[in-house]
Amino acid sequence: MSVEVNRFKCGYCGACVGVCPKGALELIETWIEVDDSCTSCGICARICPVGALEVKVK
Amino acid sequence: MKDRYDVIVVGAGPGGSITAKTCAEGGLDVLMIEKRQEIGDPVRCAEGVGTDALLKHIAPDKRWIAAEVKGSRIIAPDGTEILMSSDAAMKDVGYTLERKVFDRVLAQKAAMAGADVMVKTRATGLLRNNGKVAGIKAMYMGEMHDIKADIVIGADGVESKVGRWGGIDTSLKPHDIETCAQFLISNFDPGEYSEFYIGEKYSAGGYVWIFPKGGYTANVGVGILGSKSGKIRAITLLQKFVETTIPDGKIIEMVVGGVPVSGPIERTVTDGLILVGDAARQSDPLTGGGITNAMDAGKIAGEVCIMAKEKGDYSVRTLKEYEDKWRATIGKEISRALKVKNLLIKLSDEQLNQLAHSLDGVDVSTMELPKLLAVLLKKNPKLLWGLGSLF
Repeated sequence: MSVEVNRFKCGYCGACVGVCPKGALELIETWIEVDDSCTSCGICARICPVGALEVKVK
Repeated sequence: MKDRYDVIVVGAGPGGSITAKTCAEGGLDVLMIEKRQEIGDPVRCAEGVGTDALLKHIAPDKRWIAAEVKGSRIIAPDGTEILMSSDAAMKDVGYTLERKVFDRVLAQKAAMAGADVMVKTRATGLLRNNGKVAGIKAMYMGEMHDIKADIVIGADGVESKVGRWGGIDTSLKPHDIETCAQFLISNFDPGEYSEFYIGEKYSAGGYVWIFPKGGYTANVGVGILGSKSGKIRAITLLQKFVETTIPDGKIIEMVVGGVPVSGPIERTVTDGLILVGDAARQSDPLTGGGITNAMDAGKIAGEVCIMAKEKGDYSVRTLKEYEDKWRATIGKEISRALKVKNLLIKLSDEQLNQLAHSLDGVDVSTMELPKLLAVLLKKNPKLLWGLGSLF
């Protein structure tokens, strides 16, 4: 996983899922799951309304 | 649990429910699934809707009308106000909905029409038969099930996966999404008009809204264009606005969400698959409103499903009728709104003030948005150059 989601900040709105070019994210109930197709592009982190996502540099 | 339907609708928002209801009323065997355990909650919406567009689909009901609004007030960066859209007879032109109730009522109408509904059921992929979409893989209460269908409807919202699984790339670029935050604010009298605060002063490529929600409450929110978000975020802009503009307001709920503002995407159907609502990026790129577009699209989708069943053909040849019909109706408005949005987001606060001032002495109070834009264009041909062909 190359994107870290702060579950205590996340408002589980799914905006990040919509912008992911790889379809690597999924909103399930109240949390975001990230699969290994994530390329750390950072678009999700940029558009998150509350700043709950952070790209981890591998 | 049944394992075969004519139509499976993924997502129980307004678009999904109207599709399911229309299919059921036409005698189809339809299942609507919702990944959450509740329908309509958590809300990801400012809940404003025009009465005319809404009442085509459903009779008004006090249970889901949180407030009636008399019109809109646009506030330019320098404070100049434009009052518009109020009806000459002073009837209500808009509602602020209680989506938690509204969505559930629509789902219940689909159920009463004969649709099966399953909550806490998440589509995880598509079933295929000879390469054609033939149903969904779904997880219900932690267990996987295959459910077959001739047509799958992706009404799965901004985070839609159904289109992507079907080979339609619905991923949104940062400049194709408004990223939004909203507080339900109490201890505050918002009046009887929906308010829109425009300009970079409030948000880059977006706006702040105050929608009355009845009983000294209002939805107060901000959207910022995704491409402008990052260092500044929707939540920080909102906190700043509320601290300065509504200092005595008490926050009793928080809502976040993303609104597609891409305008019409290249295609919304493929063999055995139709996209509806936010999943099809049918929200209005200028206002961000998506409820009634999704409902209109859902109605068309349902009717096309009924026709496809009669023909026994679920290929894109038949389903294309959905595509043609929504593009000829709501699609035209969406395309026009996209052009206006693309022009307005380039204007500076000073230029927006100029536009507002150009309406001095003009009574726009009963005009709706297209008429108002036409007047603006006439008075500011240079500033709004490029919109000439639209109005």
